[in-house]
Amino acid sequence: MTVNLRGNSQLNFDTGCVEMIHGSGGKAMAQLIEGLFLKAFDNPYLRQQNDQAAFSLPPGRVVMATDSHVISPLFFPGGDIGSLSVHGTINDVAMAGARPTHLSAGFILEEGFPLRELKRIVESMAAAAKEAGVPIVTGDTKVVERGKGDGVFINTTGIGVVPEGVELGGDRVRVGDHIILSGPIGDHGVAIMSLRENLTFETAIESDSQPLHDLVADMVKVVPGLHCLRDPTRGGLATTLNEIAQQAGVGMQIQEANLPVRPQVAAACEFLGLDPLYVANEGKLVAFCPADCSEALLAAMRAHPRGGEACRIGEVVADPHRFVQMQTRFGGNRIVDWLNGEQLPRIC
Amino acid sequence: MKYVDEFRDGQLAQELAQKIKREVQPGRQYHLMEFCGGHTHAIFRYGIPDLLPPEVKMIHGPGCPVCVLPIVRIDSAIELAMDHGVILCTYGDMMRVPGSRKMSLLKAKAEGADVRMVYSTLDALALARQNPEREVVFFAIGFETTTPPTAMAIQQAERLGIKNFSVFCNHVLTPSAISTILESPEVRELGTLPLDGFVGPAHVSTVIGSQPYEYFAEEYQSPVVIAGFEPLDVLQAILMLVRQINEGRAEVENEFTRAVSRDGNLKAKRIVADTFEMRREFEWRGLGMVPYSGLKIKARFAAFDAEKRFTLKRRSARENKACECPAILRGVKTPRDCKLFGTVCTPENPIGSCMVSSEGACAAHYSYGRYRDHLAADTPSNLIQKSEA
Amino acid sequence: MCLAIPVRVEALQEDEMALVDIGGIRKSVSIALVEDVAVGDYVILHVGYALNKIDPEEAERTLALFAEMGELEQIASEAAAQL
Repeated sequence: MTVNLRGNSQLNFDTGCVEMIHGSGGKAMAQLIEGLFLKAFDNPYLRQQNDQAAFSLPPGRVVMATDSHVISPLFFPGGDIGSLSVHGTINDVAMAGARPTHLSAGFILEEGFPLRELKRIVESMAAAAKEAGVPIVTGDTKVVERGKGDGVFINTTGIGVVPEGVELGGDRVRVGDHIILSGPIGDHGVAIMSLRENLTFETAIESDSQPLHDLVADMVKVVPGLHCLRDPTRGGLATTLNEIAQQAGVGMQIQEANLPVRPQVAAACEFLGLDPLYVANEGKLVAFCPADCSEALLAAMRAHPRGGEACRIGEVVADPHRFVQMQTRFGGNRIVDWLNGEQLPRIC
Repeated sequence: MKYVDEFRDGQLAQELAQKIKREVQPGRQYHLMEFCGGHTHAIFRYGIPDLLPPEVKMIHGPGCPVCVLPIVRIDSAIELAMDHGVILCTYGDMMRVPGSRKMSLLKAKAEGADVRMVYSTLDALALARQNPEREVVFFAIGFETTTPPTAMAIQQAERLGIKNFSVFCNHVLTPSAISTILESPEVRELGTLPLDGFVGPAHVSTVIGSQPYEYFAEEYQSPVVIAGFEPLDVLQAILMLVRQINEGRAEVENEFTRAVSRDGNLKAKRIVADTFEMRREFEWRGLGMVPYSGLKIKARFAAFDAEKRFTLKRRSARENKACECPAILRGVKTPRDCKLFGTVCTPENPIGSCMVSSEGACAAHYSYGRYRDHLAADTPSNLIQKSEA
Repeated sequence: MCLAIPVRVEALQEDEMALVDIGGIRKSVSIALVEDVAVGDYVILHVGYALNKIDPEEAERTLALFAEMGELEQIASEAAAQL
């Protein structure tokens, strides 16, 4: 496909690649923006072609979150850097109990990156934003010299509004709270690892990358007194639980038998010497709620397509040492510690 | 997963634990060393100490190749990557282990060295073929389990005429390390440290077989039970050891018969023998110089020996004097006896060998077991005894 | 030490390689270290190499061992039977 705009030079999405002039602020950049980004993200804010978006927000506390996305490989089973950059930020906003309303997108492109792949990423991003109902209202593009980037980096920032009466945070977690997980863990990390150089294996596992704000909306509607929501991304569920135990000054007791892990994820972890508790997720959340609300919350989550496999995995306990402990399937107990550095495949 | 899930059955585990409880003789102590980090890992991961009676104490041995690799060898690997400009490939386990001055391969990579994590020697060979203009060195570590794949890679490289591939060999031998522990004065001298029995390696034994352990059982009158790495295997092995001790037997028994024979894998042993020969001695972190405990590449394959191919600096490195790893590896002390444990020495900042890999006795205790220490400190009654189990 | 896992051989490939299955994930690994590997065999996989075959009968025997009654239980049940 060839797009011809404002003059003679053309964007060739079959064989072309990103050039330094695409970030120079001149005509080539305008072509890239109009021929690709505006077309894909199309909405009234972008159509005004200003350097910013102006909008009003519904009443309530405003939440803002930002996330930079650097991932290798750029395309993976179940998604790509484009959809991931939309889901990641929507979820960060949603974990405050908020409804995300607007997104921004900043691209850092490496000279030489194929336009065909950029188009695929941008279109995937547009589709993700559209599906989530959250428009990308402003953006930016920069180009760095070949060798100074890794193809594409994407930063997204999101804004959202928290409904009246909802106040979530790690510091609100209390002893006795139930810990509820929205679904099986480790899918994203295993999907990415299956493509890593020197590790490759075949698997049907796909990344769980998905937006969670609709699920969250249903949850806070049913249980506005929810204490905390967090999405266990990098470092996995274990890291998230430790962060919150630290923040709230509590301990946690979870049950291994209740932890949902897909058989293929479990197999991949056995084979690579990894623990699914530390493997990344991109479409799961963990909720802390007063014990008397947990049945209602579980019912609301299970009624939603993105929370169908929700389950209670444990509860918050008093512990001055702030340990997260897990009762193993054997009835023994062990610490679920912080992740030490990056989780690397082991041979021993 | 077949041959995995059925060996992790929680109900059977409870039953096995009950059997162990019933068969231990009151007042008698059973000090059992599991040589392998794989067993250490299983014991903590499944919370096995909680299932054992207080009479049974598990001592975590030196069976983690990452832990026992001396600092100087890590320094040499870093030198190969940084000063000789090679593509240095190794298993993920080695990436984070600190050498001198807290330098690691991960940090060397950050400083520009070309360090690649591989899953297999096959990947290292593939890298050599893809980069014919570069030198590719495989940083080989591991016990008898991991040695045959390295031998295969060297032989394959010769067969395919791959000229830019070599191996920095650090393979070590299990039986020599067990001998060293049994020979150490603390263990030999009666009364200071009784080692009542050994849980023998699972996967090492698939290669070398059960025969090499017969010598220990006889010479040191120490029962050995070779066990698989699944939790039921470990519990069954403990039960078999308790029975041997009760009956005054000192035999080699094999719990892992589904993969271990008396002779092991003859084909793998032959390939290893064709490729490697014994070093007169090799340093083990924590155990010191151990005679005939390491392998080097035979002269016939000198072209693939990184130690011949590159001139490496002569090095020395000192361990922290306060570090108790040497005593911990022999079972004379526990991680909690070390002043550095959990304060100066943590998995993020490991000082001694037992903390550098997740399978080391200290790291495993830190990651999985230390809540018991806190329980003991918080409630000074009967829990103390349990925390030592 | 020595992380290894039982995998099922799905297909034999060239150069002493085989496609193996581990609970639904698949990988091509070397079988050069093991004699007479056939499709359907379970082998122990370590760093991309099969190390040994698993003997299904021995595995059954070990599982039976776990379930076997302890000696004291046996004595107790024998004593109970005599009463």
